[in-house]
Amino acid sequence: MEFNQLLVILATAIAAATPLVFACIGETITERAGVINLSAEGTVMLCAMVGFVVAKATESVWLGFVGATVIGALIALIVAYGTITLKQSQIAIGFVLALLCSDLSAYLGNPYVRIPGPTVPPAFPIPILQDIPLIGPLFFREGDVLVYAGYVLIAATWVYFYRTRGGLTLRAVGEQPAAAFARGHNVVALRYAYTLIGGALMGIAGAAFSLDFKAGWSYRHTAGYGWIALAIVIFGGWNPLRAALGAYLFGILQSLASVAQSAIPDVPTQAFTVAPFVLMILVLVLTSGDWLDRLLSYLPVSARRSLSRALRTAPPAALGRPFEQD
Amino acid sequence: MKVELRHIHKHFGAVHANNDVSLTVEAGTIHGLLGENGAGKSTLVKILSGFITRDSGEVVLDGRTAHIQSPADALRYGIGMLHQDPLDFPPLTAIENFMAGSLAMRAILNPRAAERTFRALCAQFNFDIDPQARVSDLTVGERQQLEIVRLLANGVGTLILDEPTTGISASQKTLLFEALRKLAGEGKSIIFVSHKLEDVEELCDCVTVMRRGQVVGELDLRADGLRQTEGKWPRDQHFSIAARIVEMMFGKELAMPVKPPTHQDEVILSVEGLVLRSDRLEMRIEHLAVQRGEVIGVAGLEGSGQQLFLMACAGLERPAAGTIRLADRDLTHKPYRDFLQAGVCYVPADRLRDGLISGLTIQEHVALRTSNRRLFINRAAATAEAERAIATFNIRGRPDTLVERLSGGNQQRTQLALMPSPLNVLLMEHPTRGLDIESTLWVWQQLIARCKQGTAIVFASSDLDEIVQYSDRVMVFSGGRVSPPIAASELTADSLGQMIGGRF
Amino acid sequence: MLYRVGAFVISLVLIGLVVVLSGASPITVIGRMLSGAFGTADQIGRVVATLSPLLLCAAGLVYTFNAGLYNLGVEGQITFGAIAATLVLRLLHPEGASASLAPPPLTIALAIVAGGIGGVLWGLLAGALHVYGRISEIFAGLGLNFAATGIAIYLIFGPWKRPGVASLSGTQPFDESLWLGTFGQTEATPVALILGLIALAITIVVMRNTYFGLRLRAVGKNLRASYVLGVPARRQLLSAFFICGLFAGVAGALQVVGVFHRLIPNISSNLGFLGLLVVMLVNFDPRWILPVAFFFSALNIGSLQLPLSLGLESSLSGVIQGLLVLFALIGRGLAQRYGRKLEH
Repeated sequence: MEFNQLLVILATAIAAATPLVFACIGETITERAGVINLSAEGTVMLCAMVGFVVAKATESVWLGFVGATVIGALIALIVAYGTITLKQSQIAIGFVLALLCSDLSAYLGNPYVRIPGPTVPPAFPIPILQDIPLIGPLFFREGDVLVYAGYVLIAATWVYFYRTRGGLTLRAVGEQPAAAFARGHNVVALRYAYTLIGGALMGIAGAAFSLDFKAGWSYRHTAGYGWIALAIVIFGGWNPLRAALGAYLFGILQSLASVAQSAIPDVPTQAFTVAPFVLMILVLVLTSGDWLDRLLSYLPVSARRSLSRALRTAPPAALGRPFEQD
Repeated sequence: MKVELRHIHKHFGAVHANNDVSLTVEAGTIHGLLGENGAGKSTLVKILSGFITRDSGEVVLDGRTAHIQSPADALRYGIGMLHQDPLDFPPLTAIENFMAGSLAMRAILNPRAAERTFRALCAQFNFDIDPQARVSDLTVGERQQLEIVRLLANGVGTLILDEPTTGISASQKTLLFEALRKLAGEGKSIIFVSHKLEDVEELCDCVTVMRRGQVVGELDLRADGLRQTEGKWPRDQHFSIAARIVEMMFGKELAMPVKPPTHQDEVILSVEGLVLRSDRLEMRIEHLAVQRGEVIGVAGLEGSGQQLFLMACAGLERPAAGTIRLADRDLTHKPYRDFLQAGVCYVPADRLRDGLISGLTIQEHVALRTSNRRLFINRAAATAEAERAIATFNIRGRPDTLVERLSGGNQQRTQLALMPSPLNVLLMEHPTRGLDIESTLWVWQQLIARCKQGTAIVFASSDLDEIVQYSDRVMVFSGGRVSPPIAASELTADSLGQMIGGRF
Repeated sequence: MLYRVGAFVISLVLIGLVVVLSGASPITVIGRMLSGAFGTADQIGRVVATLSPLLLCAAGLVYTFNAGLYNLGVEGQITFGAIAATLVLRLLHPEGASASLAPPPLTIALAIVAGGIGGVLWGLLAGALHVYGRISEIFAGLGLNFAATGIAIYLIFGPWKRPGVASLSGTQPFDESLWLGTFGQTEATPVALILGLIALAITIVVMRNTYFGLRLRAVGKNLRASYVLGVPARRQLLSAFFICGLFAGVAGALQVVGVFHRLIPNISSNLGFLGLLVVMLVNFDPRWILPVAFFFSALNIGSLQLPLSLGLESSLSGVIQGLLVLFALIGRGLAQRYGRKLEH
């Protein structure tokens, strides 16, 4: 296989990972604020359906995205109300919504199965950037507007997390809500806001599937992607950059798997969807116990700190826990 | 900033935590706030810093009424609080903690500018904190310094410190005191909540002592003269300052010992060279031998390591060094169930968190304790068993009453009812906290009956009367130091208070 | 109580709304679903065939829920049980062989036992990750679900593929001698139903009348206090995973020998997740499982008629189930939040 051919395959795979990037960033934002939105699977799927239907009805792709975003935020609102205000288990509410929204998408989306609909305008290269060796052909030639929006989202989220006051507060609320409250922040309002924002991004992820990368609608159109997003968020250590990297890696792995299919016909591509989950468990095993610290203690002190910082990916300390204000 | 709290009242359910409390802190002074655990000092400072809303009363700052409903309000008025367990973000770096929630920060963070401010403030007080270090890697003392610097950067004019000297090193304490004096010199008012007499003596300009939700005395240490709220106590120049404070905190007279002798010659629990560590304490108990039937009272202000010690004796906490023996069995580092089998029982203070299970009934608790190798619960027998326990221990409840529906006293009776029999060693925290006098007498009758059967009791209490009345010997814990056991009959209010204040 | 009933009514209204939104009349839909579930003996048989493994899963989940665990890994436990059962069937009756090495009833029994063992392994794996690795049982379980499905797909396409073409439709069906007997010509098998009912009955007794059940509830409500009171907490948590894995694994084996007669990728048919919904709806009390599980099974089968007669999608059953459980949770939350205020 020629090198250029490989580059095109990789570039397509990277572009195709865009919806997953949106979903992972959305979930990362929500979890950083201390809320697990376990409904990702259902949210992405229902929003894919709604996005397609709205776009079809209005003949506007962009209104489709708006519709999906609103539905994503609405589902997140149920999660927020049920878990933050009513203090029910985040797992129970999110899990029920995951199943409910998947079935709802299948039921209500039935008349729209396998019919043509509007799609996002075709890919276009970005001038100048496309000429950067290696980077250009990989990232700036095969993308459409969503792919590039994905890059902007990743960068913007990273900047927001680590370079702005709001992002610092967001991380603070997920780590130690009591301390954030002590510093004058409205923990409940912030958690609501970030749950909704995360849900909206998952809605965009759904529409990105049905209006672009997996254009159209069919029964359980995006099956599995929501769970994969949840796994990648953990694999990415709740860092937007690493989560995005995980999403792109997954995309590449998937396309390589279909290439490898011809080489090892015994292993079907579906088996590769297991990879993110196995990696997720490995990451959890490594970071949950004190094994990492024990391993690191064999290293010289100078190397230890930077390495532990790079490897340690502890979840937000208050993840999944309701905030009790005395 | 001059801080005045006027006629503050606060109820928690039936408890009157602050009863008409008034306190004035002049600008530029360090004001000590003393009292036993539960005296209401925490409630008072939390009201001032916005964590708790008062029922009635007034907060006046520099002569103007302040409306404080939340920590955010308090911060706007320039009131900052340093909590006993630092309320910060351990996974974030020092500089991120410094910036988080800062009123001075713009929407886009400027870590370099923040670091300059941070370093400048640290230099002022000789604090040495690496801005890039993770807070989880800092010591408690350093986290405290970080919080002080952060609050100052937010323009705090009143600084409240809750037990700041627990868990920090001597040099850090020196540094902290220098910093506080410097701040007072700049005109800031400082409220120093503590129970350590020597710290208060060394640092504070004024002291207010609280007991049972009320202010019981004030002392101006600069003038070294007694300013009393009630004006009844004699001005005895022989009293040292500490002695006066002790008297205010604990009352003048201790109760008389009432416990009959019950101890037998056989040693049941022995501890040698025990070293216990938590993240804020390290303590060492050289030697302790408890005899059958003996009662050892553990005195000291809350958080001085009593719980750690009791849990280590119960097998719920691993000692860093030393041995724990029961009769002739070495139980060091043995699993908890071996302790249970050896007849050790631990009754925790926080009943609904550590001792009883919300959502289960009295009967289910009794069954849980009696369950052995049998598979099926005999409902009739279990009900009868529960009814017997309810009758014997005078619990106001039915077998099918959920434990969280019981009053505190009845929960304590339930805990006692769950004690196994026979019992070699009973480890108890606050046996009668929250109980009325009648119940208290009754509980101790039961406990002494156990002693007569040969049970040794080690109990911690913040009620000094209880300690002196019912103990054979008393150990005093103070900030990680442990006194050797002293016969209760030899104790006086003054000697005990001095020891609790860290002098032995 | 008011809030719970209110929430229930809202869920009914929303279900009606969803039906109307799809352009159908709720009354017609109810009628079609009823006739779809109970119209013929064959349909009743299918309801029972769905109910049996659902009872097993729900009964197993009672243990984990009462121990305070969200065992989302139940799907994987079913799948791995099915894989283990298939393995035994293939060993005792190699492909192409005219008869099995052991008498068929014994072979089937061994396959069911193997299914239980497989489920236990997968359950204990999640349990060990949770208890010793301190990993959230939710993520461990979800991950292991996909791992089990991955293994099933690998086997179906790889070592156990159909002669000629490998496809997602599963392995070569087993010899008919290895199929579980049924009630007449229906799909329902008495063995599966009996196993499901026994599992449920045992569970009701264990939770109400045994020290084990009491200890399990104690650990689920307050792990620390239970430990202080002398309950071996770790062992109790692992037993919950063990039993749930056992029941789910047996359900997986029954799917193989009783329903599909081969291994397919989605062998669990989402019964594990459905079981989670059932147990959440009954608030972890096993006594209510039978009626709710029966209702849910009838919904599943009844809705299968919708595409044929009304052109609607059969996932309406899932919508109904999901909305009922969601609003049960919200009703519970409302009662806790506002009900108590009324008391004071």
